[in-house]
Amino acid sequence: MLSRRDVIIAACALGSLTVRPGRAHATPEFLEKAIQDITKGAPVKDGKVRLTIPALAENGQSVYTTVAVESPMTKADHVRAIHILSEKNPIAHLLSWHLGPRAGIAKVSTNIRLAASQQVTALAEMSDGTFWRDRRDIVVTVAACIDGG
Amino acid sequence: MKDLVKSLALIPILALPPSSASADPLPSGTTFQSTAIRAQQADEGANPGMLWVEAGAKLWGRTEGSAGKSCAACHGPAEQSMKGVAFRYPAVEPTTGHLLNLETRINLCRTKNQKAAPLAYESGELLGLAAFAARQSLGLPIGVRIDGAAAPFYEQGKAFFYRRRGQLNLSCAQCHVDNAGRKLRADTISHGLGNGYPTYRLEWQTVGSLHRRFRACLFGVRAVQYDFGAPDYLDLELYLASRAEGIAIETPAIRP
Amino acid sequence: MDISPARISVPTEAKKGDIIAIKTLFRHPMETGYRVDRYGKPIPRRIVKRFSVTYAGDVVFAMDFTQGVAANPFIAFHAVAVETGEIVFVWEDDQGKIVTERRTLTVAR
Ligand code: HEC
Ligand code: HEC
Repeated sequence: MLSRRDVIIAACALGSLTVRPGRAHATPEFLEKAIQDITKGAPVKDGKVRLTIPALAENGQSVYTTVAVESPMTKADHVRAIHILSEKNPIAHLLSWHLGPRAGIAKVSTNIRLAASQQVTALAEMSDGTFWRDRRDIVVTVAACIDGG
Repeated sequence: MKDLVKSLALIPILALPPSSASADPLPSGTTFQSTAIRAQQADEGANPGMLWVEAGAKLWGRTEGSAGKSCAACHGPAEQSMKGVAFRYPAVEPTTGHLLNLETRINLCRTKNQKAAPLAYESGELLGLAAFAARQSLGLPIGVRIDGAAAPFYEQGKAFFYRRRGQLNLSCAQCHVDNAGRKLRADTISHGLGNGYPTYRLEWQTVGSLHRRFRACLFGVRAVQYDFGAPDYLDLELYLASRAEGIAIETPAIRP
Repeated sequence: MDISPARISVPTEAKKGDIIAIKTLFRHPMETGYRVDRYGKPIPRRIVKRFSVTYAGDVVFAMDFTQGVAANPFIAFHAVAVETGEIVFVWEDDQGKIVTERRTLTVAR
């Protein structure tokens, strides 16, 4: 008789496209370095930024992600850029959005890839040179029957 | 999970249920998805499957083949001519007696009416045209014919659905009837319906046909996979459509 | 498919000062460069590098990508309606392929 493991393993056999093994994964220091590269050493404060991602993603290939930053978005006081960073992807600095007063509000969405369960960081760079962040944990699972179609 | 294994073991080889001529429609596969996926599916501006629908809209107006005709040249605006077509498919084509789904029906128009080469089954072009045509039936309930000329195809599709196969010796029904609503790893097993196809699957990172989904499930149980558009898959698609009676078309759906 | 890979949702009309929501989808594999094909051969990286949006003389929004962005990238962002004009959307991938789309926004006072 089939064991529960057999059912799951066989039903979930990896498809023809597999990830190449042995590549380096980002370490927390790697994440710190990526943040340093953006901030050039300026301090990062918690607040002003709101990162919205699901607590659980059924597939790390595409995770719906929204970042909103509190800002009047005027010439004098606006969000210059928003960055999204990962601690477990091969590349820590996933993307940057460049904004300005002509955006009206600082709220952007996209779909990101996440290689594993982890904490995701959203980092906002203001026109006065200050940096603000939000961090969220996410559990990434893999779909049961990976292609093979 | 224990329950899953237990019930899988208890299923007799061919357990045919009483004919399904009553009851409420089954829940669509979409109802088993997360709120994030459901929201993205419902938002035309965010649903990546709409890229294929839009490509299909453009192909609809493009002249192809030696007959020098576009789809639109014969059918006019798809918003009218294709509305209410997808929910009747698969259907028997009366002159040949063949069972056709939307993809193979479109390819028949390619070869017979446009005098052009058929499109490869899983090509972006055919997926685009099929998604665009099906999209015109968005929200309309599925209702296929399973009597008359369709009856033998329906019976074969039903038998396929209940037959155990593969190294795991599992039938479609053992997962999609007996264990619908239960978890298999990260997925919740749905009733295995085709009302959202062609569908954007995150795992595929593209739109794929219902037959691609069949191939994935057959791969999962380590069974023989048939070619895209194979008669066995068309029969199966008809049986699935009969199970989906009354469920709205949701093409292009999003699945993990 | 030799069909524009872009799909843009943007209003055609707005009042001056309105903040409009813009959504874009772009058909692109965003191939990470980490995967191998069924014969074990690495699939070369191919990703969109940059997306930018120009309207009434200014870049109002831009994005830098890595392979950490999902395939067929979706982006939702905002812009202030300042004057009637063209909004120009440009996607550029790492093979130098550039796709440009234009939409006209009519702005009433
Ligand atoms: C030369 C004219 C012509 C062209 C060109 C043509 N078709 Fe058709 N199409 C027909 C005819 C005739 C039928 C059969 C109508 C019927 O059975 O009532 C048909 C039937 C169909 C049907 C099934 C309709 C139904 O009600 O069941 C679909 C779907 C379809 N065509 C799609 C397409 C697509 C997509 C294209 C372009 C790739 C296309 N057709 C090109 C003439 C054409
Ligand atoms: C080992 C269990 C298992 C078996 C056996 C199985 N499937 Fe599936 N199937 C799944 C899982 C898990 C999914 C993904 C979750 C879902 O959508 O139901 C799925 C998805 C599907 C879907 C997509 C539903 C949607 O809404 O997108 C269809 C259609 C389907 N299966 C048909 C079949 C058919 C036909 C067979 C028999 C050839 C079959 N399955 C056999 C587990 C199974």
